[in-house]
Amino acid sequence: MQAPAQKPAVRAFACPNCGGGMELRGFQHTRSAVCIQCLSVLDTSDEKIKILQKFDNRQRVRPIIPLGTRGKLHGTVYEVIGFMVRTITVEGTQYSWHEYLLFNPYKGFRYLTTYEGHWNDVVPCHGLPAAATAGGRKAAKYLDRTYKHFQNAMAETTFVMGEFPWAVKVGEKVENDDYVSPPYILSAERDNKEVNWSHGTYMTGAEVWSHFNLPGQPPPASGVFANQPSPHQGRVGRIWKTTLVWLAIWFVAVVFFGISAQNKLVFDQAYRFEPRTAERSEASFVTPVFELSGRTSGVDVEIRTDLANNWAVFHLALINEETGQGFDFGQDVSFYSGVDSDGSWTEGSRSESVTIPKVPSGRYYLRVEPEADASAPAVRYQLQVRRDAPHVGWLMLVLPFLLIPPIVVSLRSASFEGARWAESDYAPSSD
Amino acid sequence: MSRLANCPSCGAQVQFRFAQAVQTACPYCQSVIVRTNVDLEKVGEVAALPPDPSPIQLYTEGIIGNKAFQVVGRLTYSYEQGFWNEWHLLFHDNTTGWLADAQAQYAYSQLVAPPSRLPAKGKLKRGQTFHWPQGEFTLTHLTVARYVGFEGELPFATDGRHEETVFADLKSPTAAFATIDYSEDPPLLFMGRIVTFDELQLKNLKMFEGW
Repeated sequence: MQAPAQKPAVRAFACPNCGGGMELRGFQHTRSAVCIQCLSVLDTSDEKIKILQKFDNRQRVRPIIPLGTRGKLHGTVYEVIGFMVRTITVEGTQYSWHEYLLFNPYKGFRYLTTYEGHWNDVVPCHGLPAAATAGGRKAAKYLDRTYKHFQNAMAETTFVMGEFPWAVKVGEKVENDDYVSPPYILSAERDNKEVNWSHGTYMTGAEVWSHFNLPGQPPPASGVFANQPSPHQGRVGRIWKTTLVWLAIWFVAVVFFGISAQNKLVFDQAYRFEPRTAERSEASFVTPVFELSGRTSGVDVEIRTDLANNWAVFHLALINEETGQGFDFGQDVSFYSGVDSDGSWTEGSRSESVTIPKVPSGRYYLRVEPEADASAPAVRYQLQVRRDAPHVGWLMLVLPFLLIPPIVVSLRSASFEGARWAESDYAPSSD
Repeated sequence: MSRLANCPSCGAQVQFRFAQAVQTACPYCQSVIVRTNVDLEKVGEVAALPPDPSPIQLYTEGIIGNKAFQVVGRLTYSYEQGFWNEWHLLFHDNTTGWLADAQAQYAYSQLVAPPSRLPAKGKLKRGQTFHWPQGEFTLTHLTVARYVGFEGELPFATDGRHEETVFADLKSPTAAFATIDYSEDPPLLFMGRIVTFDELQLKNLKMFEGW
């Protein structure tokens, strides 16, 4: 024997307050409904419709998705049957969000909530979330995921339209706790009797518009919402991993070039320069010839002086005795020191060195031309030439280029998270 | 026990799908028939059930876990939020269970022996926890309900069920579900889990015009 398939009769009735005609979409699930004309809240749980609450001339709010609109979520058609505005007050400012009640006679009820262009697809939790802590803060654990506590507030129902499977009332207050783990949000609603948990998944306005086939453009999202997924999520870790690999390669290169260089002292000679006589006698001279052997590599020329509160400039040339090919270079050396109110200070250095890269092997000499203030005292200095000097300066120049991308990504991610948590109970400025 | 019997009121043939059924309704004369040993006894007339928005009906078929079932009976309760159904499921291996259906949210459970002594009705408190081998359960909802009516076959007789009954709903972190039913003394424990409409793979559902 087969029971005949029956469809529940569509309930149609007249509003006991204004007489306006009403039809219910939520079958016998509907326990209360709001008259479209006079906005009275009606108790529909019985054949005899009773008025639960009369509309008190508060401002009408227009749902951006009209009641009766059908859309597809997760492959199932849902119909918008209810709409409510809920308001919280934080530090004297009211914030309101909208909730759409969606219905499918087989799959039941779910909600779409929206605030400032951000959307969430919300369903009741099947399991019971457990209290937890994350980083010393309140958190909730649900199905192996930890949600950080975001906000506690009293949420008041401030406007209703459509129909609901419970007795809805304007002015009703519940304590609301939100926990986030983007793109998910976990909410606990507590009245004086019980706690009801729900689970939301972030949606963009564009997704809602496409699922519900709505005309025009969705309102633009402003700011960062509590459970809005960060565009940088996962990127920070990934880019630092890549950077670590490059840093390891870089470090190996530095060590390789450093160790493989012989850095052999091939010339070492002390001189004295008398600036006062430099005008009369030619200051320029050439050193004895020295051998630069082996592969083409760097040459390091170090100048050590005994300058005291003075400066000197050394014009130098490293010249190949056989070919006459020369490498011209110059180096300033200056050293100042003194004592002031902050204590003793120094500026500059008595010694400087210059590295000439890629010098072929051969017999070389230096042409040296010191220069200093004509009134300065004599300068003693020492010239040291080293063959196959470690040439890692260019590697140091590479370093910032390796580090800039991960630092930029980290900063952007931190700023996104900062904007998210600025709206929470844990904003840095609030208590 | 025989699967076929005659209605003690009108004589029509009554077929039992569930061999251990204790109560059924005669499909012809709407008598409530209770089976005692081998006899059938008419104990009253079937009360009209309220219009039901559930997509499930008698003889709907589905799957829990990997066991196929057929709906053979239904109990309806009324409570603060309206009505809910307890669908009596008969599995192909002749075991039974219940599918609760309230506002199109579904929970499956079956009668189990309580792992520990269940609290007395007056000692129930929301938030109290039970550490059982099946998991840690927390009492989330206390519902006072009234039996409204039945259809199909039930494993017990419903006569005398007119008092308000307390049901304590328990949930675990992993969506396990339990109900302590205080309609009997000592109370009964039903245990199972919250299920989704899709996983039940239901067939022979009610059709809704426009859906």
